Amino acid sequence: MKLHEYQSKQRFAHHGIPVPQGIVVENAAAAREAARELGLPVVIKAQVLVGGRGKAGGVKVARTLDEAEAYADQILSMTIKGLPVRRVLVDPAADIRSEIYLGAVIDRALRRVVLMASSAGGVDIEEVAAKTPEKIVRVPVDPFIGLPEYLARDVAVAIGLPREHWGEFIKIARGLVEAFHANDASLAEINPLAIVNTEGHQRLLALDGKMVIDDNALFRHPDLAALRDPDEESEAERKARAADLNFVSLDGDIGCLVNGAGLAMATLDIIQHFGGRPANFLDVAGGAKADKVAAALRILLADPKVKVVLFNIFGGITRCDEVARGIVQAIEEIKPKVPMVARITGTNKEEGDRILASANLITAESAAEAAQKAIALARAAA
Amino acid sequence: MAILADRNTRLIVQGITGREGDFHTRQMQAYAPIVVGGVTPGKGGMITDYGVPVFDTVGQAVREVGANASVIFVPARFAPDAIMEAADAGIKLIVCITEGIPVLDMIRVRAYLDTKGAMLLGPNCPGLLTPGQAKIGIIPANIAVPGPVGIVSRSGTLTYEAVYALTQAGLGQSTIVGIGGDPVHGLDFLDVIRMFNDDPETEAIVMIGEIGGNEEERAAAWIKAHVKKPVVGFIAGRAAPEGRRMGHAGAIIEGGSGSAQAKIEALRAAGIRVAELPTDIPALLR
Repeated sequence: MKLHEYQSKQRFAHHGIPVPQGIVVENAAAAREAARELGLPVVIKAQVLVGGRGKAGGVKVARTLDEAEAYADQILSMTIKGLPVRRVLVDPAADIRSEIYLGAVIDRALRRVVLMASSAGGVDIEEVAAKTPEKIVRVPVDPFIGLPEYLARDVAVAIGLPREHWGEFIKIARGLVEAFHANDASLAEINPLAIVNTEGHQRLLALDGKMVIDDNALFRHPDLAALRDPDEESEAERKARAADLNFVSLDGDIGCLVNGAGLAMATLDIIQHFGGRPANFLDVAGGAKADKVAAALRILLADPKVKVVLFNIFGGITRCDEVARGIVQAIEEIKPKVPMVARITGTNKEEGDRILASANLITAESAAEAAQKAIALARAAA
Repeated sequence: MAILADRNTRLIVQGITGREGDFHTRQMQAYAPIVVGGVTPGKGGMITDYGVPVFDTVGQAVREVGANASVIFVPARFAPDAIMEAADAGIKLIVCITEGIPVLDMIRVRAYLDTKGAMLLGPNCPGLLTPGQAKIGIIPANIAVPGPVGIVSRSGTLTYEAVYALTQAGLGQSTIVGIGGDPVHGLDFLDVIRMFNDDPETEAIVMIGEIGGNEEERAAAWIKAHVKKPVVGFIAGRAAPEGRRMGHAGAIIEGGSGSAQAKIEALRAAGIRVAELPTDIPALLR
């Protein structure tokens, strides 16, 4: 689950990281009021859960109150990469002298949280990593000790940060690692962490903030769970999550219903391999119980793009005949209008096939055959 | 001989009286009676209706019935504690079936286990099966037969699909190992492939990977340098979009890394034959 910039910065501030004293607003008049309160100039920043909002025109500096109001109005009417801008953050504009990147991520190979820093801040860090990896400093964080001061200082030295900012940097780096752990993050990023000039002296300030929270840990963070932005997922994905189904919307026309995440991925691959386009990834979990299959079918069929439904089921401990009965029960309940192709294999396969065929499903012996049949039906319906 | 578990394994079940634990313990015991005890705090002293003693702590189970392996069926919020309890009690093989453990918990748990010399399989895995000898976890045993092929996988049903195809083709399995779909976990591809390579009863190896991370790539490099046995691979997720989690917490392409294409190329570069479809695996082994 992603947090917005303003939500991330609030959490960073809680761990001693200096952030601008910004105000979040939902309309242009409030943006004007915020600008008056903060003092000009201000930056108006779209709060959307996608990258690249600056390039899309979602970040603007306003030098007058009229500009603040006009820009806020303009940005609040934007849709960036399909996401409507519902809020803007009004931050006092900073006099930036230089920009650093500071982030914390999970390194799967090291099995550690890793602190990453670079003197090349303010730009896309993935681009820095691809083009000039030597500009990125990485330090693994001990899971029991955290980030000691000397390691944070090592990083400051390694990125060539001027000596007078080391003290601030150590506090910020340790604060970021603390915030990462306190919020069960899987990513926490300050880009840029800027050296800014305020009233004649220079200091570090976190001008942007980004955090992604581990969904598996939300059970112990009800406050964070409540912040989930409904725009982050499609309606189908939201419904699937409520029904405890693993679901990802794609843009094709073949609805897929599979038990198991790996098999569900492989099913998409097979469809694509034969030239078809899957409408979704959907894992109804190992047992493929009737109520789950019914919930899943409803979600698939609500998508008008879906021209055919493909079942790919492996019957293990829950036998094929039990799964087939569950599917038939779900179909009788929902009465779908689109054709359905089913491929079922594993324990009691023959009995499973017989039950599905008696319910007028098109059956297939292999996933490849099922995919080809589904593709032909989708083309015929297009 | 196989790897990790055989008919001499002395297994306990943590969470034995829960719904999942109860169901799967019956399945495991019916297949091969290696379950010597169970643990549910507060229910120590009880004997299950199928005759397995229940203990309050893993330490008691180790002392009283000599357990040397444990399988965990407790909910995600209690599972990290259960894994550490097993390791602290001296259990050397811990298999965690539980899905949904926070990744920061797993980082701490894994660091703790490394100090105890315990091996962990999972979490979020189907466990392991040595056909004819031992079933630890939830792999459907009836689709497997003893034989020479070792299988290691990040997935559940996709693995069963491969096992079923092998059995249908007359190729039995030495041990089937599910390492789990989480980003931070216990034994990885490399660890298990090393064991298969050393196991005289394993004559060929199947590795079933998926998008996310770079374990497949690291294993491929090691295979190229050390493995003489034939290896066949399959990678799920060629059609997966970047930045989306495909069911498994670890199945995500991030920042352009962890794609199926990169893994397939790494496997091929190591001389591993890569199947287009899971059902093509048996043909590539011949």
